Amino acid sequence: MEERAGERRRVFELPLTSILSPLLRRGERKKSAGNLFMSEKLSSSAAKGRFNFVALLNAVGPFFGLLLVLGLFSLSSEVRPYLFTGGNLKIILIQTVIVAIGALGMTMIIVSGGIDLSVGSVVALTSVFGATLLVKGYSPATTILFTVLAGGVIGLINGMVIAGFRMMPFIVTLGMMGVVRGTAKWLAGNQTVNNPPGTPVNDIMARLQPTEFFPLPPGVWIAISLAIVIAILMRQTVFGRYIFAIGSNEATARLCGIRVQLHKVIIYSLAGLFFGLAGLMQLSRLTQGDPTVAIGLELDIIAAVVIGGASLNGGTGSILGSMIGALIMAVLRNGSNQMGWQNFTQEIIIGIVIILAVGLDKLRQGKTAQ
Amino acid sequence: MSQVQKSFGATRALKNVSFEVSPGGVHALIGENGAGKSTLMKILSGAYRPDAGQIELDGQPFVPANPLHARHGGIAMIYQELTLAPHLSVEENILLGEEPATLGWLNRPRRRELARAALAELHHENIPLSAPVNSRTIAEQQVVEIARALIGEPKVLIMDEPTSSLTQVDTENLFAVIDRLRGRGVSIVYISHFLEECKRVCNRYTVLRDGDSVGTGEMPTADLNHIIRLMVGREISDIYPRTPHSLGKPVLEFRALAGQTKPRSVSLTLREGEILGIAGLVGAGRTETVRACFGLDRVKSGTVLVQSKEQTHRTPAQRLANGIGLLSENRKEEGLMLNRSLADNLTITCYEPLSKLGFINGRSQRQAAGEWMQRLDVRAQSPAQTVGELSGGNQQKVAIGRLLHHDAKILLLDEPTRGIDVGSKAQVYKLMGQLAAQGKAIIFVSSYLPELLGVCDSVGVMCRGVLSSIRPVSEWTEHSIIAAAIGQTETATK
Repeated sequence: MEERAGERRRVFELPLTSILSPLLRRGERKKSAGNLFMSEKLSSSAAKGRFNFVALLNAVGPFFGLLLVLGLFSLSSEVRPYLFTGGNLKIILIQTVIVAIGALGMTMIIVSGGIDLSVGSVVALTSVFGATLLVKGYSPATTILFTVLAGGVIGLINGMVIAGFRMMPFIVTLGMMGVVRGTAKWLAGNQTVNNPPGTPVNDIMARLQPTEFFPLPPGVWIAISLAIVIAILMRQTVFGRYIFAIGSNEATARLCGIRVQLHKVIIYSLAGLFFGLAGLMQLSRLTQGDPTVAIGLELDIIAAVVIGGASLNGGTGSILGSMIGALIMAVLRNGSNQMGWQNFTQEIIIGIVIILAVGLDKLRQGKTAQ
Repeated sequence: MSQVQKSFGATRALKNVSFEVSPGGVHALIGENGAGKSTLMKILSGAYRPDAGQIELDGQPFVPANPLHARHGGIAMIYQELTLAPHLSVEENILLGEEPATLGWLNRPRRRELARAALAELHHENIPLSAPVNSRTIAEQQVVEIARALIGEPKVLIMDEPTSSLTQVDTENLFAVIDRLRGRGVSIVYISHFLEECKRVCNRYTVLRDGDSVGTGEMPTADLNHIIRLMVGREISDIYPRTPHSLGKPVLEFRALAGQTKPRSVSLTLREGEILGIAGLVGAGRTETVRACFGLDRVKSGTVLVQSKEQTHRTPAQRLANGIGLLSENRKEEGLMLNRSLADNLTITCYEPLSKLGFINGRSQRQAAGEWMQRLDVRAQSPAQTVGELSGGNQQKVAIGRLLHHDAKILLLDEPTRGIDVGSKAQVYKLMGQLAAQGKAIIFVSSYLPELLGVCDSVGVMCRGVLSSIRPVSEWTEHSIIAAAIGQTETATK
């Protein structure tokens, strides 16, 4: 009986059937999983169709979204001529930088199955911290270094609490959101801290020539090069695979000998460095440290990551996608401004986009489940 | 119920099952894992509908359409795993779903009265009604569960392995409760592996095997050996290719190994080139034993020796580094990353040969994965395909392939053939023989006796957290393994 089954398999190994064999196998899987309600053929073809649809959605979804948003804004004859000018594109890029750098860290966290709600507060605190250092007379290099490190320290604390007490990242970072925001206000004495005029820190995000596309300010280049580095880290390194493994199935990761809790600490710390860097960009852009800045920034960043194809359940996501997601958020704000929409309209639109993004996530989950 | 049938696709879970319970009777339903007991219960409690056959309740045809219908019809069910809401109070749990209320407004005094009456009936008035249920012992929780079933005034009460998590004393208390229920005229279907318990509490029995009811009779006068023979009654087909292999020096030893709850005491010696089977019922502590050894669960006491060196407390990472690999019994939840690629799943524990300074060489990873796919006959489009899209058998080969890629010397295989088709099973058996021939040592945990008898060099049986009597496979029969698994003494089975 057994031998005969083996024989039949071997006979099936003809070119034509080997092309069809994925279909056959999928049917086999359904059967072994005890699917009662679908006939084999039906379930296998459905699975096939879904697979292609999802792959397509995941691959082109973010690009498509960006084009869609740009297309919608260019419908307006008033906005169109200005939207695509070099100067405006540059503004969009500059406006993207903070969300994009935040999204680099957030992508790592979300892919590993976590979340960080404290980003906005971290940006505020590190910007105040950086401004304070500058006011106290520290050199720009020292300031940059310590501002970024301050973000890393907060990430380290987040990671250690999450890993050490096995706590939900949502709760821990929600708490940290308040702690860090309060600390920022306390440090700044409830005021803004102005950068000393002429410091090079102000130039990182400055628009050097307002109407031309080039030169782009250093901040944009920093964001682009870091995105490349992190994309390689996520895709090509063992550490990157471990991030995906932990997010995909923490139990499996543990079974495979990955030191899950240690890696969580590293992931949150590393992401914290990016949030600190985002704070530095904020400091440069405003030329002051403002403890009340970037409220709700974490939601923009999470939205960017999810629009970019990451699942809030972990295990999927890409840096390229997140970067496009960040661009979509920036184009939305930029376009809304030029349409002359008021602030509240923008908030409603951004809110809808976030819901759509999570809806997409859900859709993807449903389609790829099992 | 008579001639009940149920099929799942091509699998006929119930072929022809008939039995009857009289009012006040306690009917034992006995059978191996997979004999069809749970399917039958699910039909009775309304979770499934039968394909054919009749069910009669008090002489009237009754086919429950859904669990609520079954409950209102007078069939209540107590599951092996407790189904209480842990944070709610005892009182709230007892009345869950049956809250006395007027227009949605809870009637508190009435509620208290009902809950108290239910507990009093079970002679357990001592359980405080307002205490959260998770603050009570397991035995008390079970009483609460029974009390909840009694609220609906059931005619038939189905109990699935009610004693599996109880101590001896609590078991006696439960039997007292059952006796009281009999006195009230409630019919009880009592499902258990433990024959002596059945003998103590039941008046009739039916044995299920492979979806058939193969025997029925009076419990108090029944011959337990006869029942065990009925449970087994299967021929071992020759699908177990044996690769000759010889045993070397000991590589893994447990000495009175105990975990937090299970196992309680496991001692064994595993040699190079040996396949050591561990048999036992679900819940006997087999999975917990290999998990504790691998470092996934904490070891409470006892020692583990690897290559004759004491290495009791280790993390999974350290175990892997020492060449020990574990195949999880739960492929989907723990064994595999279903939304990751075949290549990642195969190579994740051992990236060293495929990477330099932490950078993975994608080509050599694909190549390595491709080789394993070929050697294990994994049918997939490419190493980049997502594991979740594969069939169960192919998924399992990937999970095993990970241990081979890691070149583990000691393999802890927990139910390696669960949920895979017969062809893949035969391939797994063959592979195990080949590994043993290469000098690798294998612990093979399984609930399926023919494969243990067909593949292993020696077999030990676990019962209630204790591993006893490891003997060469030639000294075991299915009959004697089942007897040991349900705690029968040797003399009783001879």
